[in-house]
Amino acid sequence: MDGMGAFFAMGGYAGYVWPAFGIVLAVMAVLWITSIRGWHKSEQSLTALRGHRRQREGADE
Amino acid sequence: MSMHYFANPARFTRLAARIQPWAGGLAAILLLVGLYLALVVVPADYQQGDTVRIMFVHVPSAWMAMFCYSFLAVASAVGLIWKHPLADLAAKASAPIGAGFTFLALVTGSLWGKPMWGAWWVWDARLTSVLILFFLYLGYMALWQAIEDSQKAGKAAAVLALVGAVNVPIIKFSVDWWNTLHQPASVLRMDGPAIHPTMLWPLLIMALAFKAYFVALLLARMRMELNLRRIRALRLAERTS
Repeated sequence: MDGMGAFFAMGGYAGYVWPAFGIVLAVMAVLWITSIRGWHKSEQSLTALRGHRRQREGADE
Repeated sequence: MSMHYFANPARFTRLAARIQPWAGGLAAILLLVGLYLALVVVPADYQQGDTVRIMFVHVPSAWMAMFCYSFLAVASAVGLIWKHPLADLAAKASAPIGAGFTFLALVTGSLWGKPMWGAWWVWDARLTSVLILFFLYLGYMALWQAIEDSQKAGKAAAVLALVGAVNVPIIKFSVDWWNTLHQPASVLRMDGPAIHPTMLWPLLIMALAFKAYFVALLLARMRMELNLRRIRALRLAERTS
């Protein structure tokens, strides 16, 4: 077996090793994306809300 | 510097904005190095073959599962006792990360257990106590969701977190107290690690990568929670004015 093939075969344990690493990276990526996206969204709505308030306060005067 | 130094949300936000990208970058670099070492450089074990590589994601995940819960419990205690305004947020922000790592410790353990023990799952003291930890995380998050008043929710969740903290030493010492299938600690031992340096270093690099990842995500989630709190306050002020 060539080097690359042996690497992917994981000595016959490919069915255990790759899913283990795969799920770790998948869960970490999903947590990362949802956390960063949630934070960005909250930042945007806060800025929008503050802008809205300032505008209204300006109109009141 | 007093404990309340970082209680100022504006100061916290400034500091978090500075640390978060560094922690994220460090996590990415360490993760790449760790994965390369674990999958390519480390030789297959003479007994376990290539399944030993699973250790490099399983053990750091399990450490994080315990670390996140300890962090969550301490933050909950600080929130309950000193009413530190960021403590509840820190506890709340760490829960999904801890739940994620606990899930990963269970799944990767299962993927390692099947070829080595011949079973996906056994009702062994270590495995069972970690499963309980996973449910504690879910219960903690559900409690935050269930109570609308965030102050009351924070208090109830903190009490649950502290009661559940009993489970942390049980997990740690389960392998010594009960005769379990799970092997005892080989790194965090009184008489030094019983693991060869060629495997210890990659393991520590992966563990550090997970820690940096935790810091980056914790800060992002805390900043989000702070923003949501500000949004709620602004909306409330709008309604009452």
